[in-house]
Amino acid sequence: MSRAEAVRRASPLWTLGLFRSELLTTFRRWRTLALLGVLAAVPVLVGIAVRIETGDGSSAGGGGGGGPAFISQITNNGLFLVFTALAATLPFFLPMAVGVVAGDALAGEANAGTLRYLLVAPAGRTRLLFTKYAAVLVFCLVATLVVAVSALATGALLFPLGDLTTISGTRIGFSEGLVRALLIALVVAASLVGVAALGLFVSTLTSSGIAAMATTVGLLITVQIVGQIPQLHAVHPYLFSHYWLSFADLMREPVHWDDLTKNLGLQALYAAVFGSAAWARFTSKDITA
Amino acid sequence: MAPYESDDDRTTPGEVDEPRTGRRRAARYVVPVTVIGMAAATIGLVPAIAASGDPDLPEITAAQLIEKIAKSDVEQLSGTVKITTDLGLPNLGGLESGLTSGAMGQGGDDGSSADPSAKLTELTSGTHTLRIAADGPDRQKVSILEDAAEYSLIHNGEDVWGYDSASNEVYHGTVDASGKDREQRPPATPKDFAEEALKAVDDTTSVTVDGTAQVAGRDAYKLVVKPKQAGSTVGAISIAVDHETGMPLKFTLTPSSGGAAVVDVGFNKVSFDRPAASTFDFTPPKGAEVTEDGELDRGRDRSGPSRTPERAPKSGEDLAKGLDGLKMLGEGWNTVATFDTGAGGGLPTGDVGGDLGGFVGSLGDPVKGGFGTGTVFSTRLVNALVTEDGTVYVGAVTKDALVKAADAGK
Repeated sequence: MSRAEAVRRASPLWTLGLFRSELLTTFRRWRTLALLGVLAAVPVLVGIAVRIETGDGSSAGGGGGGGPAFISQITNNGLFLVFTALAATLPFFLPMAVGVVAGDALAGEANAGTLRYLLVAPAGRTRLLFTKYAAVLVFCLVATLVVAVSALATGALLFPLGDLTTISGTRIGFSEGLVRALLIALVVAASLVGVAALGLFVSTLTSSGIAAMATTVGLLITVQIVGQIPQLHAVHPYLFSHYWLSFADLMREPVHWDDLTKNLGLQALYAAVFGSAAWARFTSKDITA
Repeated sequence: MAPYESDDDRTTPGEVDEPRTGRRRAARYVVPVTVIGMAAATIGLVPAIAASGDPDLPEITAAQLIEKIAKSDVEQLSGTVKITTDLGLPNLGGLESGLTSGAMGQGGDDGSSADPSAKLTELTSGTHTLRIAADGPDRQKVSILEDAAEYSLIHNGEDVWGYDSASNEVYHGTVDASGKDREQRPPATPKDFAEEALKAVDDTTSVTVDGTAQVAGRDAYKLVVKPKQAGSTVGAISIAVDHETGMPLKFTLTPSSGGAAVVDVGFNKVSFDRPAASTFDFTPPKGAEVTEDGELDRGRDRSGPSRTPERAPKSGEDLAKGLDGLKMLGEGWNTVATFDTGAGGGLPTGDVGGDLGGFVGSLGDPVKGGFGTGTVFSTRLVNALVTEDGTVYVGAVTKDALVKAADAGK
């Protein structure tokens, strides 16, 4: 087959070009920008709320440890707003945004009738799928960083910065705190790899972008609900969201890696299973639109 | 170049035939299925492989092993401990904290969530992961790992700090630097439990070495302590002892009624290197609410340095210690403690009884015997009989043995 040969001969730059155009398409969409805007607004809202609540000197979260993780420390160190914002957005906002982008990745093209034109180009379906997945992963990272940076800016404006106390009670300098914040952002982004693969797989199943997005977000909600039911604890370790909040273990001293590695392993497993399922589906399906 | 064709290099012209297309498509799903299968196999096999192969260690007698534990002088260690307790208590906070604050000998009720006694009661039920670090007698740290939070109890020289990161609250106490430090450490390590269990060893106990095991990646002997008499609720206590250091690495108490262990404490990871000095440094974070507590230590000084804190109630003696009018019936593991509350027809008004009092209707089983009639309160380990005339019998014995003891005691 001449086209198969063409695929093999295609230069790596071609893939990069495809990837770049894919990124541009993704991030130029108003929908994507609106999602990022909403994500950026969350830390600002949390920061302002904490600022108002603690204006009279009381501690946030009622001092009893309520609310999202780390919220009681925000008033003492703005850097904690990064952790609180990530803890607040990770259960729903972030995966929802990823689900929208991933679900739209292929189904959206099919819906708009542009998928066949993409396939006419000598890129091949496997390569197109990888490019789409890579673009979704970049979106995961960008979305997480948007939350983190917005939180850091809000925290720096509203609260003091400085040395911080880890949750183990030891002190680390502000620069090490920043490094940990970056690490946490990377781990949070990596936590979304599983949802991204799931969304991409759903996206190969249908030619309706809306249906794919709704299904992905619906699955996310279902998984989150199942994760809340104690009677179903036997299946909990296999849910992609089970170890999400383990990113907080990076704030222990020394870092407690057990759950973090489990989380990354689980995300890799989801990526492998649903990535290969998406490949199996996409490379063998009839593209009619 | 039809768009529905794939770019699969393996495609041969023959396979494009319509009847085969379906099979070819189905074949692709072999990949995700294989991935799932491999993952399942890995999850299933890895623990099995890790668990197989007990280490070969030189023979040792039970007496030598006990001596090894006694001689163990591990001063520096750090590690992760998993503690699972299933006392069979109903999930009622009041009862648990009643038992435990009594057992801990601490009456801290200042409402601070950083107060050690308030926090440590959590360990009496469920599964918890603890981090332990120690460097000599003056510096220890125990942390309870929670979701996105941690409770740390740090002893460094004269200071004892409790830090609850969830609420950002700090508890601070001081100890006499020369005082017995052991009391500052909550009973969290397998060693604490093992020492407590070995105290109970007498001629009513059989102690054997039951092969070897791997615990936290270290080769260990397994010491099994069993009551010889029938009637005890304690089935067996198994202690894994590190062959090099003599440090107990795992402690498991199984009830005679079978089922899951009542107490299971073991290291997941352990290192006998000196922990970083910064581990024990603690400065209250800015804005943290600090609760000073002097009461705790004055109480300790009075009780004297020889007093070891009682663990979760392991026997009737422990549970009932400190109550007035206490009598012991029987011997060894079947010891039943009895005391007369003087409250005929009512329930005892002591520490334990006060908490039990509220749950009479739902928890008790009515029994009859030579002693009269009464109500038996059962947990998986400790049973208590409250008779109508206000006498209480408590012991780590079965219900029948308790009734028998009560008959004999009359």
